[in-house]
Amino acid sequence: MNMKEQPSGSLPGTPLSDEAVQKGNVLTLEWPSSLRYAWDTGVAVGRFLQELKEGRIIGRRCHRCRRVLVPPRMFCERCFRPTDSWQMVEDSGTVNTFSESHLRWDASRIEEPILVAVIGIDGSSEGGLLHYLGEMKPGEMRIGMKVKAVWKPAEERQGSILDIRYFRPFDRSTQDRPA
Amino acid sequence: MRKVAVVGAGLTRFMRRAQETGPELAWLAASQALESCGLGLKDVDSVAIGSAPDAFDGVHMKGEYLAPGAGGWGRPVTRPYAGGGTGVLMPIHAWLHVASGMFDVCLVVAEEKMSTCHPHPQGAFVTIFDNILERPLEPNLIWIFALEMRRYMETYGITKEEIALVSVKNKRNGLDHPSTHVAEEITVKDVVESEVMVAPVNRLDVSPVSDGAAAIVIASEEVARRITDKPVWIDGIGWNLDTAYWTNRDLAYPAYVERAARMAYKMAGITEPRKQINVVEPYDPFSYKELHHLEGLLLADKGQAAKITADGVTQRNGNMPVCPSGGLLGVGNPIAAAGLMKVAEIFWQLRGEAGRRQVPGQPKVGLAQAWGDLMQVGTVVVMRVD
Repeated sequence: MNMKEQPSGSLPGTPLSDEAVQKGNVLTLEWPSSLRYAWDTGVAVGRFLQELKEGRIIGRRCHRCRRVLVPPRMFCERCFRPTDSWQMVEDSGTVNTFSESHLRWDASRIEEPILVAVIGIDGSSEGGLLHYLGEMKPGEMRIGMKVKAVWKPAEERQGSILDIRYFRPFDRSTQDRPA
Repeated sequence: MRKVAVVGAGLTRFMRRAQETGPELAWLAASQALESCGLGLKDVDSVAIGSAPDAFDGVHMKGEYLAPGAGGWGRPVTRPYAGGGTGVLMPIHAWLHVASGMFDVCLVVAEEKMSTCHPHPQGAFVTIFDNILERPLEPNLIWIFALEMRRYMETYGITKEEIALVSVKNKRNGLDHPSTHVAEEITVKDVVESEVMVAPVNRLDVSPVSDGAAAIVIASEEVARRITDKPVWIDGIGWNLDTAYWTNRDLAYPAYVERAARMAYKMAGITEPRKQINVVEPYDPFSYKELHHLEGLLLADKGQAAKITADGVTQRNGNMPVCPSGGLLGVGNPIAAAGLMKVAEIFWQLRGEAGRRQVPGQPKVGLAQAWGDLMQVGTVVVMRVD
């Protein structure tokens, strides 16, 4: 049969202007979602959060592939077997990649950018955590830079990833802040 | 396994906000796809429906919700899902239906209506992040792209200006696409000077949020040869999911895309993809992703996709046209529908029916690819005309 050429003119669909919506030329129905959830944090991450409350980062070790997993899991997804033991790791690490966000989670704009990074935690096998960077300007962020956790005071810690405020620059040789 | 062909395709306009509901959009695309190959719903044995997260619509059972507009009643209906990779998972899924001998004709319909979640659907994207360890940090989706783009740029020494050429090319290509709502003539300077969203991602590095639908018809060889003299064969399919522990992976290279591509190439007998594949529609939700994916698809050496872009190889009249449709950057990004639009583009390109978008040289083999979830899934189809 004779095939129809793909239409090059107008395709169906009716774009709406903001004005048409605001003036009520088309009808819409609002439904604000109000669902609430309480997530169980689980065996592995539950323990991880308990340790954050104590100001420590813990991983889980797989004896077969010898990885130390951060975030921890009770199973090794690679070996597909149970992990074997808990292992404390450092609260310092290396910036694997970084960014500065000028948007909040809902895409609204912010004045002071949020500095974010993926941080390979010292003592873990690979990668580690998504978290904030602090005590540095956006232009000072570097892949490979050493960083250390800045913790909330013990009495404010709740067993949350936010018990770490952010990661700051860290000079390993002095074990303290760079001059 | 039986040979499987794409025999028809249909699209709606892509729009910032459509008056039509999801089922209405699905109907507009599905009915066109059937009409384009002279089939009716009575000829359809199974229906596959694709859509990304339900949170955009605020409607659960979204497959069932869309089904009446997609011809999905009184017959087997499924909704395969791979996040942003869904659009190209759809023909893969339909191939399984038809190659297995279970069905002769599968109608594939993808729809997305992202405007419903307002004022911006970014809030719905937050729900893809790890609920315990990442969501308390209040991330937005662009974070992961920015983190991946930075890692990619620094690993291979690629500049923002080199990456911006992808936006320039695709937004220009999109001017020739009847579905577009974001095509424009822009320069590299426009891209790098546009608003910084999440550095190094600027506004013109990003595809828009869109409403729209796409549909294709997949048929067995027997049906295909009866209804058309230009069946477009699905020669290879591949898909692959990497671990959701994305902070444990090196983001510089999409290994899962390579695994999906190798699977599809092996099946299609592709041994030298750069020589054998004539036209490519890789997933381009962000400018750098086109480059990242060309490398994962083994169509450029690692870190070299920017160079072939600068050299003009990926232009419509280049040696390996990439995103001649305009892609997500140049046409729009109703997620699952945008992925399926790429399959439709390869269908039209291989049949010589792409009009002003037609790449020269009568291409024989094309590839469409999509990508998604937490930067972890690759979906690939290799298509061919006789």
